Amino acid sequence: MSSSTLSGESSKKNSTIQSRRSRNNSLTSGHRACQGCGEALGARCAIDAAYHAAAGKITVVNATGCLEVFSCSFPENAWNVPWLHSLFGNAAAVATGVAAALHSQGKEDVRVIAQGGDGATGDIGMGCLSGMFDRNDDVLYICYDNQAYMNTGVQRSGTTPPLARTATTVPHKNYAGSDPQTGKNVAQIAMAHEIPYVATASIGNIQDLEKKVSKAINIRGSKYVHVHVPCPLGWGYDTAETIKIARLAIQCGLFPLFEAEYGKLARSTAIEDPISIEDYLKPQKRFAHLFGKNASSESLDILRKIANSNIEKYRLGKTADD
Amino acid sequence: MRYQLEGSQAIAKAVALCRPKVVCAYPITPQTHVVEGIGEVVRSGELSDCKFINVESEMAALSVAIGSQATGVRSYTATSSQGLLYMMEAVYNASGLELPIVMTLGNRAIGSPINIWNDHSDAMAGRDSGWIMLFAETNQEALDLHIQAFKIAEKIGLPVMVCVDGFILTHAYEPVDIPSQKEVDAFLPSYVPTVSLDIHKPLAIGTMVSPEYFMEVRYLAHQKQIDALQVICCIGEEFKKQFGRNSGGLLSEYKTEDAEVIVVTLGSIAGTIKDVIDDLNSRGKKFGVISIVSYRPFPADALKDSLKRAKMVIVVEKAFAVGIGGILSHEIELIMKDTEVEVFSIIAGLGGRSITKPMLQEYFLRKKYEKATFLGLKKKIIADKYEVRSCSNQEGSV
Repeated sequence: MSSSTLSGESSKKNSTIQSRRSRNNSLTSGHRACQGCGEALGARCAIDAAYHAAAGKITVVNATGCLEVFSCSFPENAWNVPWLHSLFGNAAAVATGVAAALHSQGKEDVRVIAQGGDGATGDIGMGCLSGMFDRNDDVLYICYDNQAYMNTGVQRSGTTPPLARTATTVPHKNYAGSDPQTGKNVAQIAMAHEIPYVATASIGNIQDLEKKVSKAINIRGSKYVHVHVPCPLGWGYDTAETIKIARLAIQCGLFPLFEAEYGKLARSTAIEDPISIEDYLKPQKRFAHLFGKNASSESLDILRKIANSNIEKYRLGKTADD
Repeated sequence: MRYQLEGSQAIAKAVALCRPKVVCAYPITPQTHVVEGIGEVVRSGELSDCKFINVESEMAALSVAIGSQATGVRSYTATSSQGLLYMMEAVYNASGLELPIVMTLGNRAIGSPINIWNDHSDAMAGRDSGWIMLFAETNQEALDLHIQAFKIAEKIGLPVMVCVDGFILTHAYEPVDIPSQKEVDAFLPSYVPTVSLDIHKPLAIGTMVSPEYFMEVRYLAHQKQIDALQVICCIGEEFKKQFGRNSGGLLSEYKTEDAEVIVVTLGSIAGTIKDVIDDLNSRGKKFGVISIVSYRPFPADALKDSLKRAKMVIVVEKAFAVGIGGILSHEIELIMKDTEVEVFSIIAGLGGRSITKPMLQEYFLRKKYEKATFLGLKKKIIADKYEVRSCSNQEGSV
């Protein structure tokens, strides 16, 4: 399909689908997300990219969470695609049902997306997600990871980084935020199922996000894209800084960008301008207790270790294939 | 044609004849044979355009059916006991979304203590979920009700749960008449969804509803159930006309015309009760039996019309609400409150305890009934337990 029908747009080699006037506005304006919401931007870019790559033939299943709550309130809704919300923990299974129905109707050209936040994906919905991967159901699951339960007031989730402050991991004398040695890597869990395609993406790199979703949507079988979406409310930074924060996470190594095929790492994006983890952590109030008069180098070492391990494991250094 | 079949297999045959497009299965005793039977039919090519999905949990089983039904195809699953509780969030969701899914419930107790045998605790836990709930007395009824269930569900736009006594029906071999595919096709047309996920008509299903509208949505759900009473009756009549069997409708009445005492129940125990009252009536007593087919919606008017002719109503119920007593009997008391008819409750058969003819006969012949009776309670076990408790109290260990 031609990338654009509007003059001049298709000639811009690096232009995003989102920057084109032909975009679908799958998640259109007027919804009630917070100012600077990373998840709203991530969902808008991801679904528009999928819509474009599948020639408009997509159906979306949404888990309960911020994305669902801010995008629809009867009698209004902000979705320009067929959209179904069932429950918090069952989006993957509902999407399996949608794909099965399309299969039995001979409409496999209609592509199915399930989407939800990190809680819906990696915690309460983990069983359904694993079942979907296990059966290799023809669904693209997109997780928008803002690293805590933002809709209910910033409680810790399974993807909350160690030492981060949340409403249920408040730093005290003997506690520095979320406990060390906690948290799970949902992309790695997806890879362990050896599904055709797993990728991580970030709203700090829209071109890359669109490219990965566009690729994933047309692959048959289970696909998983894990999108890093900073949350100004939960992380405590200025609403204008969302993209910047997302980029800093990539640059410091705490959020690696990679693709995996059938359980094996296939490609990763080398870090262009490496920065220290402090440069990423300092602007966020959720890590404020790691700095200032109560600063502990041991705590910072825990996070530094994770970044370094990512850089090594996903080959994010200068020598990595780009 | 008549076959000697296990209840589960009879249900599987009925469901296959209804040509579902998506069937999802998670094993739980005693419904397992149902989905195994359908799986076999799908794999053998008899039901070639159906997708059979082995899911990882009961929650997923109903969620898959929610997704497929919302995409516009006839969908089916089955469950039992803890499985129904595990999927309960999706049970409420399916009715709220008005999806005409059909689900078999192989009735079983709920733990703890764990117990895999029959009673109606599972169904009672789902009684306020907004599903239509039909109870089968025999395997033939179970088979017939499944065929009617798809038609009722699709006509009204609500999910239907067909309740079948675990083991007593699901695992019992009985002769059943299985209609031909042609007959079922003539009764049950292909499913045409009123609302579904469609790329040509994108819409949002399952949106947030604020306090401004929520009350009205719930009121309409109630009205829809009330309206379903008429639909269930009509489809029962239609079925009778075509297949010659009176296996649907709201109630099944037996010798109630001049009965002084009417025994009301749900499910397979009605057969045993009928045997007992035949014997009593031959000795000059005037007993009748009503088994409720449509438990939800509750056929209040039809039931009251029949019960008000009697002096007494005895409710035989296989579940109760801890801390208050019988559930079905309380519902019947509620509808009979402006009459002279007295309502008594027998709580029996919990966790698969046999309800025998002598037990029922002995009760029915009592001079005076208690408001509620746990039938066949082993008093020694209870007394021992109380003794232990009072001893420890006397010792005053604290």
